[in-house]
Amino acid sequence: MSQMSMIQAIRSAHDVMMEKDPSVVALGQDIGYFGGVFRCTEGLQKKYGEHRVIDAPIAEGGIIGTAIGMGVNGLRPVAEIQFADYIYPGFDQVASELSRLRYRSGGEFFAPVTIRTPCGGGIRGGQTHSQSPEGIFTHISGVKTVMVSNPYDAKGLLIAAIESDDPVVFFEPKRIYNGPFDGDPDKPSVSWAAHPKGEVPDGYYTLPLDKAEVVREGSDLTVITYGTIVHVAQAAAEKAGIDAEIIDVRTLMPLDVDTLSASVSKTGRCLVAHEATRFCGYGAELVATVQRECFWHLEAPIARVTGWDTPYPHAFEWQYFPVQQRLIAGMRKVLEAG
Amino acid sequence: MTEKPTLHIPQPTARPGEEPDFSYIDLSEAGAVERPPVSAKTRDTEFLAQGMVRVLDDDNEAKGPWAPGLNADTLLRALEAMMLTRAYDDRMLRIQRQGKISFYIQALGEEAVSIGAGLAYEPGDMLFPSYRNQGLYLLRGLDLVDMMCQCLSNTRDMCKGRQMPIFYHSREKRLFSISGNLTTQYPQAVGWAMAAAIKGEKDIAASWIGDGSTAEADFHHAMTFAAVYNAPVVLNVVNNQWAISSFQGFAGGERRSFASRGPGYGIPGIRVDGNDLLAVYAVTKWAAERARSGGGPSLIEHVTYRGGAHSTSDDPTRYRPKDEWKSFPLGDPIVRLSRHLERLGRWSPEQHEALEVKLKERVALAWKEAITHGTMSEPPFLDPRLMFEDVFAEMPEHLKKQRDKLLRLQEDAS
Repeated sequence: MSQMSMIQAIRSAHDVMMEKDPSVVALGQDIGYFGGVFRCTEGLQKKYGEHRVIDAPIAEGGIIGTAIGMGVNGLRPVAEIQFADYIYPGFDQVASELSRLRYRSGGEFFAPVTIRTPCGGGIRGGQTHSQSPEGIFTHISGVKTVMVSNPYDAKGLLIAAIESDDPVVFFEPKRIYNGPFDGDPDKPSVSWAAHPKGEVPDGYYTLPLDKAEVVREGSDLTVITYGTIVHVAQAAAEKAGIDAEIIDVRTLMPLDVDTLSASVSKTGRCLVAHEATRFCGYGAELVATVQRECFWHLEAPIARVTGWDTPYPHAFEWQYFPVQQRLIAGMRKVLEAG
Repeated sequence: MTEKPTLHIPQPTARPGEEPDFSYIDLSEAGAVERPPVSAKTRDTEFLAQGMVRVLDDDNEAKGPWAPGLNADTLLRALEAMMLTRAYDDRMLRIQRQGKISFYIQALGEEAVSIGAGLAYEPGDMLFPSYRNQGLYLLRGLDLVDMMCQCLSNTRDMCKGRQMPIFYHSREKRLFSISGNLTTQYPQAVGWAMAAAIKGEKDIAASWIGDGSTAEADFHHAMTFAAVYNAPVVLNVVNNQWAISSFQGFAGGERRSFASRGPGYGIPGIRVDGNDLLAVYAVTKWAAERARSGGGPSLIEHVTYRGGAHSTSDDPTRYRPKDEWKSFPLGDPIVRLSRHLERLGRWSPEQHEALEVKLKERVALAWKEAITHGTMSEPPFLDPRLMFEDVFAEMPEHLKKQRDKLLRLQEDAS
């Protein structure tokens, strides 16, 4: 076991898999010699060579398109898109090709591609370095979608994604690359060292690609969330003295419905929270699922706390971001209703 | 030939700790490249994609058919605009390091690309810049205070707090809004130019991207549409050798010049010394006149060097020799024009130094005024209601509700 940041855990997942399986390759802008703009692939080109850790032209469609070709030809590519905000030129390759290749070829072709991409705000990135587009990808049938919230999960889920014969879009909230974040930008940053999930096995392990995790047990209400907001929700519940049960969804598609419904059936109240915009956001699917599974257990309407339905603004980052205050207000609303 | 196909991985000629080596850049003598008439057939311009149009020679004398014959006053104006760009960059970079703005991108070493080109366009021409073209905004007279307030996301910010620093715009001065997404402005510039032609107007469009950005599909979309419709547009590739850590070989620059992609589409491609303001002006003027007189699009490759980091989030000492810029064979555009003006008897080192001091003061004064409109951490702050405006022309109900909810939450908190 070692103390790792999320960056180190992601790097370690690459390292373990490249060592274990010669078919694993990585490609993306600046990932080779430079080691990636967030350093997630640092040192890997030196260790595994330029034919396995490949610097790519600035062409997201090219990166994802060639990753598909490599996957069809027996490799297991891990493609990095430098920011989720820049994934759209590659979207056709995901939505029309990667997700449907197995289906359209009657099961003859498939491409085991993992697309890693940093997402989310909280780094003064404005509208071009802060987006959370996970809901667009979960809406496509045929790609698995993951968003991680800590180093331990990041490594275990990334290895599982690389080994998966299905394509996986793997979102990494950049605000928590170097430490958990409770939603208060005025507090000094903390590292992962003091966090139990910063303790990461050095070698190979996997986590299932279809299991949520209860990160805090409680009885007042269930908060269903993922990514950075997992940490903000925990801090909010502690601050407000609310005994919330907090679930980190982790794998957005496929969704672990059993864990959600067991929790909400127990608490009878549910708040859904994410950083992405609200309208047609992933939270809408969570609300519909909980409503379907737990209707007769619900004591109050399900509520949502999300980013607003605007682009992510540079100056109003902390008014946009679902900070503790908004989560507490959301929890109270659910607790006081009905 | 090898027995089996092997994968080629492009390599820069030097890495940190190694001797810089720019022998891969083909140079032409100043004055050596012929100047075809503006109305030349594209096939008679193909040699322009291979050579390098240069006007200033090693002694900073203007040579050959491309020497634009600009008067000394115009050259002094160009020099001042380049020096202002550098002074502004220098100040903003230091301000970013002090934590007063969140991010910055400087144009160090590439000043002639914006200023030389900018001088060649008419005020009605629409420019679609990239994030390293601040010189275009300065040349067209955007107020320094306004540019700083954009970087500060303060109460005078033209972007109303919605954009990271340096993503300026000015509708009035016909400068398009800069995007962080690469190359998206290229087909947009072509479309703007097509519209001008449809409307029967004389205005043309121009756009700039980097060498790395030519790999984006939007580059090819723009070239195809520009060629198909003979759009009055000038498309520029600023080949500054580096796209963050990826040297220009990762965009295919090892095989042929970026300019030579023009002839493949039936568009003239011109390779120019991007650090020679006279040459940049001359080729831009040629392309602009050609576009304005119905000759259609041109592609210009400006060979230059990114003197600084990609942005304040980058550390180039990790991937290229620290002092590589010093060995760059095309030198420093400001020094070269300054020496040329000295040669003409219109400039001196003393005047140069005095202007540097004056511009530094001008920038410092503008900064003092800019921060009176607030910073990210000091009031006055922007009204958060602005976050919900301009998502649509008229605010839909759900956004009004979200806005009111935020305001209630803020009242509760205070």
